[in-house]
Amino acid sequence: MLNYLWGFMIIIGIIVGVLNGKIDAVSTASINSAKEAITLCITMLGVMSLWTGIMQVAKATGITDAFTKALYPVLRLLFPDIPKGHVANEYIASNMIANILGLGWAATPMGLKAMGELQQLNKNGETASCDMCTFLIINISSLQLIPVNIIAYRSQYGSVSPTEILGAALLATAISTIAGVIFSIAARKLSLLK
Amino acid sequence: MKFLLYISDYIIPFVIFYIVGFGILMKAPVFHEFTKGAEDGFKVVLNIMPTLIGLMVAIGILRASGTLDLLADLVKPVTNFFKFPSELVPLVTVKLFSSSAATSLVLDIFKEYGPDSYLGRLTSIIMSCTETVFYTMSVYFMTAKVKKTRYTLAGALFATFVGIISSVIITSLVF
Repeated sequence: MLNYLWGFMIIIGIIVGVLNGKIDAVSTASINSAKEAITLCITMLGVMSLWTGIMQVAKATGITDAFTKALYPVLRLLFPDIPKGHVANEYIASNMIANILGLGWAATPMGLKAMGELQQLNKNGETASCDMCTFLIINISSLQLIPVNIIAYRSQYGSVSPTEILGAALLATAISTIAGVIFSIAARKLSLLK
Repeated sequence: MKFLLYISDYIIPFVIFYIVGFGILMKAPVFHEFTKGAEDGFKVVLNIMPTLIGLMVAIGILRASGTLDLLADLVKPVTNFFKFPSELVPLVTVKLFSSSAATSLVLDIFKEYGPDSYLGRLTSIIMSCTETVFYTMSVYFMTAKVKKTRYTLAGALFATFVGIISSVIITSLVF
């Protein structure tokens, strides 16, 4: 997907630059942006490592596992078709907790395993089961409690208080997730009626 | 709504205090684990570095050439009607497809308008409560070999729009 997106961005940008008579600015911007990407990564190295370090402590002390277990009763409500004690519960819970804690890259492998298990349970072949729809809608509704990367970007670009958006972001994330949950439950009920 | 600003100040210190404090109580080797985990952070950033360079150059070109302003002007009549800043239309559109391309646009907005401006704050909050709808769906369903995705797209877009609308409302109430 990025292949075409990236290619078109560059081609269109340069053409518009020529037509606008801003090709000198385009030239400077391409060099400066590449430099800037590296300065940004240096800031991110610090902030990200702080976060993954703290999360590793949470994992080693069993806090992450405790959160994962605490999620099981919620999963029974959201995914009534998964048998109790099935391994899919475990994968879904780990995926959600990793997303909540802002470890997106650790969440994806767990999420893919969860989808594999859900497909094993799926009786409709190539059509998604209700559980799959629910899982993806909630996943896409964004679960991340602390947007670590946004904090890093804000601090890189000179914010007076990079973390001031945390409370507002938390509320917005909660609202979008609740919207996703309500939609999933309603859609499941409607599909059962049919 | 101002209390959300106080909460913001407490969240990170509280999370660190809770986790490290619990670790000390459990007599866990907290510092050793911290350094081990910090290494993962390095790997994550190094992995995205080439992508970020490529995309930041592309966005830099779009900004300097005036393409981004052109796009914002083009959608202005529609966004004015919905009271949504036209400058953020490229961002929310791209965010549906690619997280790293959206990141480059976020950085561009921070650079152009500042992270503490209305646009900067709104961008921060929208990015925190949305996900890459089409990318996530295609990766997950492809892995499971599912072709008919039923109401997943509708639900995901619904959650995303609710997130964007609440971000606009919350930003104007809190700041």
